[in-house]
Amino acid sequence: MDKTRRKFLKIAGAAALAGIGAPAIVKLTSHTAFASEGAGHAAPASGESGAHGEPASTGVRLGMVVDMRVFAVQPMLLDQAIAACNKVHNIPHFPDRKNEIKWIWKAPYANVFPEQEVLHKSEMAKTKPFAVLCNHCDNPSCVKACPTKATFVQPENGIVGMDFHRCIGCRFCMAACPYGARSFNWQDPRPFITNYNPEFPTRMRGVVEKCNFCGERLALGLEPACVEACKGTGAMVFGDLNDPASEIRGVLDKEFTIQRNPAAGTKPSVYYIV
Amino acid sequence: MIEKVLKGKSTYWMWLAVLGTFIAIGAACYVRQYMFGLGLTGMSRDVSWGLYISQFTFLVGVAAGGLMLVLPYYVHDYKAFGRITILGEFLAISALIMCLMFIMADLGQPLRGLNVIFFPTPHSMLFWDMCVLWGYLILNCLCGWVILTAERKQVHPPKWIYIFVYISIPFAVSIHTVTAMLYCGLPGRHFWLSAIIAPRFLASAFAAGPSLIVLACLVMRKFANFDAGKEAIQKLTTIIMYAAIINTFFFLLEFFVGYYSEMPGHTHSLEYLFFGLEHDGHVYNNLVPFMWTATAFSFTGLGILAYMKIAKVFDYRLVGTAAALIFFSLWADKGLGFVFGGFVPNPLNEVTEYIPTANELGITLGIWATGFFILTLLYKIAVGVEHEIEA
Amino acid sequence: MYNKGTIIPGLVIFIVFVTFPLWYNGLNAGTVPKPDLPVGQKECVAPAAEMRDTHMKLLNEWRDAVLRDNDRVNIKVGGKEYRKGLQMACMQCHTDKEKFCDSCHTYAAVSPTCWDCHLTPAVAASKKETL
Repeated sequence: MDKTRRKFLKIAGAAALAGIGAPAIVKLTSHTAFASEGAGHAAPASGESGAHGEPASTGVRLGMVVDMRVFAVQPMLLDQAIAACNKVHNIPHFPDRKNEIKWIWKAPYANVFPEQEVLHKSEMAKTKPFAVLCNHCDNPSCVKACPTKATFVQPENGIVGMDFHRCIGCRFCMAACPYGARSFNWQDPRPFITNYNPEFPTRMRGVVEKCNFCGERLALGLEPACVEACKGTGAMVFGDLNDPASEIRGVLDKEFTIQRNPAAGTKPSVYYIV
Repeated sequence: MIEKVLKGKSTYWMWLAVLGTFIAIGAACYVRQYMFGLGLTGMSRDVSWGLYISQFTFLVGVAAGGLMLVLPYYVHDYKAFGRITILGEFLAISALIMCLMFIMADLGQPLRGLNVIFFPTPHSMLFWDMCVLWGYLILNCLCGWVILTAERKQVHPPKWIYIFVYISIPFAVSIHTVTAMLYCGLPGRHFWLSAIIAPRFLASAFAAGPSLIVLACLVMRKFANFDAGKEAIQKLTTIIMYAAIINTFFFLLEFFVGYYSEMPGHTHSLEYLFFGLEHDGHVYNNLVPFMWTATAFSFTGLGILAYMKIAKVFDYRLVGTAAALIFFSLWADKGLGFVFGGFVPNPLNEVTEYIPTANELGITLGIWATGFFILTLLYKIAVGVEHEIEA
Repeated sequence: MYNKGTIIPGLVIFIVFVTFPLWYNGLNAGTVPKPDLPVGQKECVAPAAEMRDTHMKLLNEWRDAVLRDNDRVNIKVGGKEYRKGLQMACMQCHTDKEKFCDSCHTYAAVSPTCWDCHLTPAVAASKKETL
C-alpha cells in the first residue's frame, strides 16, 4: 500500500486507541470508583500461615457459637432459625437439589465435619441435624478466588460480604469454598419466593449468594435473624470474637468447641459445641 | 492473505456448512440459556462447574501444545518443522478463542464480564488467567501473521518479531500453569490440591495439541494438497508419545497417593471416576465408562506409537488412529475426569451427579464448531500461502 | 469513482438507516415525560436538577458505601431519616416505579437493571406475608 494510506491508518488506529483509553483513564482518576476499592479489598491476615495462637485481626471480628446441645433438645428451634433467615432475605425455595439456594441449613454431623469423621460417634452426632452456614472465615479462600472482589472481607467487622451487583457469576468462589456454603442462582429466583420482605432485595439469576451475617440487621442494632429466632435459648451466641469481655468469648473460654475443616487454614468464625 | 478463505473446493465449503449448522444450533441454544439462566444446564449447587469450564480447561492445554512446534523450530533450529509451526500458532489462536467463548458461555452475568478488568484482583488466579490467555492470543496472532506474511513475500521475517516468538514460549507454559493454578490452590478440594496438577496439565497439553495438529496435517494431506513431510509427522509422534507417557505416569502417581495412603479425601474422587462411589445406598458412576474407555484408548494409542518406533514402521493410518485415540483419551482425562471429579463428593461429603442437558451440549458443540471453523479458515490461509510460494 | 452506480445508492440507503431515529417521528422527540412526583414531599436527597443528572451515580455511591464500606449512615430528607438504598430511601417516597422511574427511562430508552433484584412496593405487596 502507498505511504500516505499507511500513515493514515496508523494515525487512525492510534486515535481510536486514545479514544477508547481516555474514558478508562478518566474513570481511574475519578475518586468515587477508587474509594470503595481501598476499603472493600483490604483482607486482613491474608498472608499468615499456621494457626498457633496468633491473633487473626484487630478491630471487631464477628463470630458465632452454635451450641448443638440446645438444638438437640429443641428440634424445632433449628427449623425456626432457618425459616427466619429465609424469610428476612427473600430466599427462594427450590424443590430440587440441583437449584437449591441455602444460606443456613441442616445436615448430619458426618457431612458437616467430614474431616473429623469417627467410627463410634456420640448419640447426638449420630442422629441430630447440625446447623450449617457460611463460616465468615478470617482467611477466606472464596475471597482469594473472586476475580472482581465481588466477595470481600469487610475490615470493620470481619464479615465476608457479597456484592451481588458486581458478581459476574463465574462460580470460582463456589469451587473454592471448603465448606460448600455458597449457592448460585441458576434461574430467576422470584417465582420460587413465597413471601417478599420489602426491606431486602431479592437476587437475580446469574449471581452467587450466601449468608451475610445479616449486615443490614446489625446496622439497625438487631441480631442476625437466625440468632434472634433462638433468642434466650443460648443455641446461637453471636458477638465480637476480638473483644475478650464479650459473651461469645465467655462461652468459648468455658466450653470446648470444634470448627469445620480447621486444616484448610481458612480460620472460620463459626464454632460448634457438640 | 484473508482472501484465501474465499476460494476453495466443494469439500471445503461443505465442511464449513456442516460446522455452520452446529454453530447456528449452538447460537440458538445460547440465546435460550441467556434468557433463562444457567439452570438450562446440568450444573447444580454441588457441581458448579460443568462442560463449559471443563472444555475450557482442556482447550487451554491444546493451545499451549503449539509450543511443541515453536520450541524445536525457533530455539533449536529443527528445520523439518519449518512448514508447520504456523499450524501450531493458528491452532493456539482458534483454541484460545474457544476458551474465551466457553468462559463467556459459563458466566452467570456475561454482560458484567468486564468487571474483571475494571476491578483487577491480583490475588485471584482467574484474573491472571484472563491476562495470560489474552496475552498468548495476541502473541500468536502477531507472530503467526507477521511470519506468514514474510513467508509469502519470500523475505526473512523482521528481526523484532523474534522477540515476541521467544516471549511466547514461556507464555505457552504460563497459560496452562495458571489454569492449573485455578484448581491446585483451593484448600477445600483434595482431588485438586496437588502439586502435580500443573505438570500433569502441561504433559497432557503437549500431547493433545500436537495430536490435533497431526490429525489436521493428515486431513490436509488428503484434501488440501498439503504435505507436512514424513519427518515432521514422525517427530511429532515422538513428542506425543513421550508427553502422553509422562502424563500417564503422573496420573498413576495420583492413583498411588490415593490408594496407598487410603486417605478418604484423596481416594473418593478417583473412586467415583473409575469404580463408582457408593453413598447412602446409591452408587454414583456415570463417568466410569468414559474413564476406562479413555484409559484403553490411551494405552492403545501409546502402543501403536511405540510399535511404529520399535518396528521402524510408518503408516499414516496408524499415525492418525494413534493421534485420535490419544486426543480423545486426554480430552476425557482432563475435560471430564479432572474437572467433574473435583466436585464429587462435595465439601459436605454429599454426592450430586452431573449430566449435561441437551441445550448445554448444543452450546458446547456450537463452540467447538466455531473453533474448528476458525481453524479451517486459518489453515486455509496457511496452506494457501504454502501453495503460493511453492509455485 | 469506481462502481459509482452501486456506491452512491448504497451510501444513501446507509444514511437513511442511520438517521432513522431522527426522521421517523418527523424530527419530533416526543413530549418530555413528566414523572409523577410523590404527594406531600417537597424535598429529595438533592435538588431535582442535580438528581436528574446524577441519581445513577448517587445510587452507585450508596451501593458501594453500604455494601462494601459498611457506611450505613442515614440520609436526611425533609427532616426524616432514611437508610441508604433504593428500597429503603428512594422508594419510600417514590413508591410507583412505573409512574416515576419508568416514565423517563422509557422515553430515554434506558433500562437499568435495578429491578431485577430490588423490590418496588408494588411487587413486594404482591407476595406479602399473610399475618
